[in-house]
Amino acid sequence: MYAFEIHRPTTVRQAVNLLAKNPEAKLLAGGHSLVPVMKMRLASPSALIDLSKVEGLAGVEVGSRSVTIGAMTRHRDVARSPELHQVMPALASVPDSIGDPHVRNRGTIGGSIANNDPNADYPAACLGLGATIITNKRKIPADEYFQGMFDTALEPDEIITKVSFPIAKKAGYEKFKHPASGFALVGVFVSKRSSEIRVAVTGAGANGVFRATVFEEALKKRFHPKSLDGVTLSTDEMNSDIHAGKDYRAHLVGVMARRALAKAVAG
Amino acid sequence: MPTVSMTVNGKPVSANVDARTLLVQFLRENLRLTGTHVGCDTSQCGACVVHVDGVALKSCTTFAWQVEGANVTTIEGLANGDKLHPMQEAFRENHGLQCGFCTPGMIMSAVEMVWRKGSDLDEQTIREELDGNLCRCTGYHNIVKAIHAGARAMAGDRGPAQQAAE
Repeated sequence: MYAFEIHRPTTVRQAVNLLAKNPEAKLLAGGHSLVPVMKMRLASPSALIDLSKVEGLAGVEVGSRSVTIGAMTRHRDVARSPELHQVMPALASVPDSIGDPHVRNRGTIGGSIANNDPNADYPAACLGLGATIITNKRKIPADEYFQGMFDTALEPDEIITKVSFPIAKKAGYEKFKHPASGFALVGVFVSKRSSEIRVAVTGAGANGVFRATVFEEALKKRFHPKSLDGVTLSTDEMNSDIHAGKDYRAHLVGVMARRALAKAVAG
Repeated sequence: MPTVSMTVNGKPVSANVDARTLLVQFLRENLRLTGTHVGCDTSQCGACVVHVDGVALKSCTTFAWQVEGANVTTIEGLANGDKLHPMQEAFRENHGLQCGFCTPGMIMSAVEMVWRKGSDLDEQTIREELDGNLCRCTGYHNIVKAIHAGARAMAGDRGPAQQAAE
């Protein structure tokens, strides 16, 4: 690991100022993506700006129409929120499927979506529910926020403070877990909120999380697994690596989407 | 070099360390508490699991300065004097190990598993919860048996994090 300086701000404003002053710095949230890549020297930030002391960045707030999760809320705390389980168990199930218990004890929602790993779970939930990413500067709709593998709409001195999810009565998440890493080889989040239908796919795309619009169209008639009969996804945009080829990934998207839909209509 | 201070197994400790020092290095190299192991060093095997304020975490993926001021418990701090912790006793009783390399992490994870999931654990829960701990020898069978028994012996122990929340 290369050497770095440490900063431990206590307010978002201090953190933003530090980020503006140190263009090569990285924000540290749970650290379970960043620290491993620093150890491998794939990342060499000049400084780490630790967000753990910043007040007011953690917590789950359930309102009448939306759920707001603070950027530094650990996966464990989202997964165990009884209020969230009551209004939207599908969203609570997402952090519960990430990594292993120790990763969930440390990892945060803000860290996950700032990193935007193409196999991460939270991006699917954000895009699949039409969440709003709230930063120190503005509110970014999920449709504009995720811009490709490890790429987001965040500006260099922008910090995610919270994520707001509209409450969808029907929602479900299903993933095909890579048995070693626990990452989603393919994960699909589906939701229906009045007439808005979303099918978001992580893990499968060659360019990160995306919406399966063919599936969304097919589900407009009826929000049910059967509506996807005979509907297939083009393999053109699929990722291919040692774990799975394009064809298999496209196939898995269909399987995971049907299972997620079955959960959504049952719940 | 930053100064880090924390309480480890009930004793206050403090040292000047390089910012890059991982918690596991601090425990092993500064404090000579070598019960916490480094297996994979890539956040997967769980041989390095310790408790920080009652929460199990991988000390190979945490910088020492991140746990400034915290209460850290390692495998060395689990027993009460000469009396083994019930989970340690259960691992001994059920022969929940072969080479023993993963055992400290297994036991630290198992104790926190009980704090989070209660003392009545079925086999599936135990196996799922062991997702972050790898053993290269035993095939897990006796580890699962040991945790099942250890959890029962821990009945009523809900852990420091839970107690603090109440």
